[in-house]
Amino acid sequence: MAEPKARLRVFRGTEEAGDFQTYDVETYPGMVVLDAIHDIQAKQSPDLAVRWNCKAGRCGSCSAEINGKPRLLCMTRMSAFPEGEPITVTPMRAFPIIKDLVTDVSWNFEMAKKIPPFKPRPRDADGHWRMQQMDIDRIQEFRKCIECFLCQDVCHVVRDHQKKEVFSGPRFLIHLATLDMHPLDTLDRRDMIKKDFGVGYCNITKCCTEVCPEHITITDNGIIPLKERVADDHYDPVRWLLRKFTGNPRPNKVPAQPTEAGKTADVSGTHRVDGGHGNKGKA
Amino acid sequence: MAGNYETHEHDVIIIGAGGAGLRAAIEASSMGLNVGLVCKSLLGKAHTVMAEGGVAAALGNVEPKDNWKVHFRDTMKGGRYLNQWRMAQLHAMEAPDRVNELEEWGALFDRTADGRILQRNFGGHKYPRLAHVGDRTGLEMIRTLQQHGIHTGMKVYMECTVTRLLKAGDAVSGAFGYWRESGRFVVFRAKAIVLATGGIGRAFKINSNSWECTGDGQALAYLAGAELMDMEFMQFHPTGMVWPPSVRGTLITEGVRGEGGTLRNKDQKRIMFDYIHPLYANETAPTEEEADRWLALSTSGQMDKNVRRTPDLLPRDIVARAIHAEVKAGRGSPHGGVFLDIATRRTPADIKRKLPAMYHQFKELGDVDITKEPMEVGPTAHYTMGGIRVDSETQQSRVKGLFAAGECAAGMHGANRLGGNSLSDLLVFGRIAGLHAGRYAKEHANLPSLDAGEIQDAAQEALAPFNRHEGPNPFQLHEELKETMQTYVGIIRTEEDLSEGLRQLESLKERSRTIRIDGNRHYNSGWHETIDMRNLLIVSEAMARAALLRKESRGAHARDDFPETDKEHFAKVNIVSRLHGSTMEVAEIDLPPVPAEIKKVLEEE
Ligand SMILES: Cc1cc2nc3c(=O)[nH]c(=O)nc-3n(C[C@H](O)[C@H](O)[C@H](O)COP(=O)(O)OP(=O)(O)OC[C@H]3O[C@@H](n4cnc5c(N)ncnc54)[C@H](O)[C@@H]3O)c2cc1C
Ligand code: SF4
Ligand code: SF4
Ligand code: FES
Repeated sequence: MAEPKARLRVFRGTEEAGDFQTYDVETYPGMVVLDAIHDIQAKQSPDLAVRWNCKAGRCGSCSAEINGKPRLLCMTRMSAFPEGEPITVTPMRAFPIIKDLVTDVSWNFEMAKKIPPFKPRPRDADGHWRMQQMDIDRIQEFRKCIECFLCQDVCHVVRDHQKKEVFSGPRFLIHLATLDMHPLDTLDRRDMIKKDFGVGYCNITKCCTEVCPEHITITDNGIIPLKERVADDHYDPVRWLLRKFTGNPRPNKVPAQPTEAGKTADVSGTHRVDGGHGNKGKA
Repeated sequence: MAGNYETHEHDVIIIGAGGAGLRAAIEASSMGLNVGLVCKSLLGKAHTVMAEGGVAAALGNVEPKDNWKVHFRDTMKGGRYLNQWRMAQLHAMEAPDRVNELEEWGALFDRTADGRILQRNFGGHKYPRLAHVGDRTGLEMIRTLQQHGIHTGMKVYMECTVTRLLKAGDAVSGAFGYWRESGRFVVFRAKAIVLATGGIGRAFKINSNSWECTGDGQALAYLAGAELMDMEFMQFHPTGMVWPPSVRGTLITEGVRGEGGTLRNKDQKRIMFDYIHPLYANETAPTEEEADRWLALSTSGQMDKNVRRTPDLLPRDIVARAIHAEVKAGRGSPHGGVFLDIATRRTPADIKRKLPAMYHQFKELGDVDITKEPMEVGPTAHYTMGGIRVDSETQQSRVKGLFAAGECAAGMHGANRLGGNSLSDLLVFGRIAGLHAGRYAKEHANLPSLDAGEIQDAAQEALAPFNRHEGPNPFQLHEELKETMQTYVGIIRTEEDLSEGLRQLESLKERSRTIRIDGNRHYNSGWHETIDMRNLLIVSEAMARAALLRKESRGAHARDDFPETDKEHFAKVNIVSRLHGSTMEVAEIDLPPVPAEIKKVLEEE
């Protein structure tokens, strides 16, 4: 029995030049878009570039746009689309294209390095740290992040306004929220959250929350409380006074310093931000 | 001299950025050394992110009777006493410190009622021992290590694949690789190298592994003169998804059974009571009644030593073979597995809280609501107990300056790994490998010299497929390899099958030398696949040859023609494979003798 066919329009090319190519693939039960891409590699275009690792929605490697929507290729069923209509697969739009469906996401790694790391208070006398499940449920939600960068892709501040210099994007705002709400952490990163990570640019459109494959309520649970805390600190007159006199409105926390240069990793692919050895050489 | 190639110099190079590689890199960096970390994928995407159920460590938070000796005994028993006893001992002793250290670096484990790290039940562990974060413990671990690691000053080379190790005399001198993006070559010059490249699951058709698990480290070490050990022990995890075909093999965490999930056949009968292994008879409930009582007690945090645990939590090799036997006897589920039922055992709220990733995985990929229906499950190739043979104290291989840790190293798990013992293995031996590689680097003042001829050969080897005008497609060849391994070197083996498997591997090896690649070197998936094929073929051959030599059944290695465990000869040997000229030589070596005080620990109860 012949299996039903599906048609895919896949972007092929680089940042400089590219076009759509149409492929027909045979479908089978439960097939996801990543299966279709693999089928194309195996039978039609072995040099088609795509990132993936787990094929189970856990690693966040296979991010792309399907019919214009940011999604994970491995968690999108072919049956979700009307039969007979071509499915269009394109790379994430907010990042430079390396080739075909693969984009240069190195900006995200630069952002990650700028965040001053976790700094816990001392352990209890018996060598443990006690935390109630209730108090960490909220941050455990944020820690589900698989770094697919789909939220970064869809956020208009990053995507349309290209505010990458001054705005960290939703992924790193929830990372900052995690640190800020961590019961053991002792650093006060609020000045940086405002100045260096640009929380003020977020105007709460919630597009990021909508695309998050981990169903993290990025905006409501992460960014809005973060905004409130930062606003408290900067605009609340009582806090402002307290700050003026004590220098620190949060007695358990000390102001964080920007990460010292030279101490952080140099994280690079060939496509590193500063160019480096990164010319796109061909054989 | 590295010719015209981009060259980087480091004291220590770590190849692989999963849990083991990251932990090794952190250790070596903390010694003030100049460390480079190379990985095939983006940082934070390694196979380790997929780990679900937890990390084993005898913290004793849930059951105060737990301690390193119990953990050590469980591990040796699970490995059917073929483990390197010293590795199992170091592992059991150091795992709690490594877990606490993760907390210090920001990891947030689930908590007990009094606020400490919570621990859950897992197969083969006598007490609840797995520190966990719902069912995404691997993600928590790798994120923590990654975020801590990037502030230690190491240099990370992402999407960069190493294809050859370089040598100066009998020691390593560096590594040769290419950037995924540009296809350009890169040379690393280093005093010491740690391999942490993970497993080889992608040699099998039905597997739970990420694309990276192609045996690279094992093959790199083998080609550089190191030995592989215990390659016959390939763990088939009992519970992979069997339907729909698109997700066949995808893992269902053992945490499901730890939380009360139970295995049933098509007649709804609980199967595991019929498969209780004599080694575990004393501590396993023989009746449903007792098993259910144990579950009720253990999920409410109470323990009663007179109530024994459910046989659903027997070690993986036993459960995988039980499922295989049920299916073979015609009592399987519609798609060739058995049923795993959590829906009738726990409330929907509990299931969603304790197993959120499983809930979503089934809902989104299988249209199954696991709070209402059972899952269909079957064995899937999952973990390689075998790997690079290393010294138990230092993790150094037979090649000087070459260390290995994590899934690509052998010795810790013997014939079968207990769940949760891999994540702890990564932390414990990642640290030890980093430490000793660091010490080795400090003892050597000068960087070793590079051999231009070796580099030239490596470049030629990598480019060869571009120079051919016709030949097979690498993806299709990989499919054939997976089919061969699944059929002939799979869960139940015979001499006849293994010999046929070896014949087919030989012909695949021939054909792989004729693979042809289209396009250019720029992010060329077909080319990358070709390079992985060389490694897969090496480790597959080692697996088949070792399996042929081990004429007994033990742990993950089941021979239909030798169904008994051999207590005389094979109980005392590990099997090693090494490169001899251009052929693979397999040999038996004696297990290291167990000192009297350790024997005593093993015999205590
Ligand atoms: C679904 C699933 C669930 C699991 N759950 C658990 C669990 O609950 N508890 C537990 O203890 N274990 C679990 N495991 C097992 C455990 O996850 C693995 O054994 C472990 O993560 C292996 O880690 P590693 O650091 O050795 O290697 P990996 O995490 O596999 O990392 C390998 C690294 O090497 C790099 N690499 C590979 N080849 C090259 C090359 N040629 N050049 C450069 N870089 C290279 C890769 O890019 C990657 O960075 C699970 C496994 C799976 C698949
Ligand atoms: S809510 Fe904020 S972070 Fe999210 S997409 Fe909108 S502007 Fe971006
Ligand atoms: S927050 Fe969600 S969408 Fe954003 S990177 Fe993390 S998992 Fe992806
Ligand atoms: S391949 Fe890992 S999320 Fe899709």
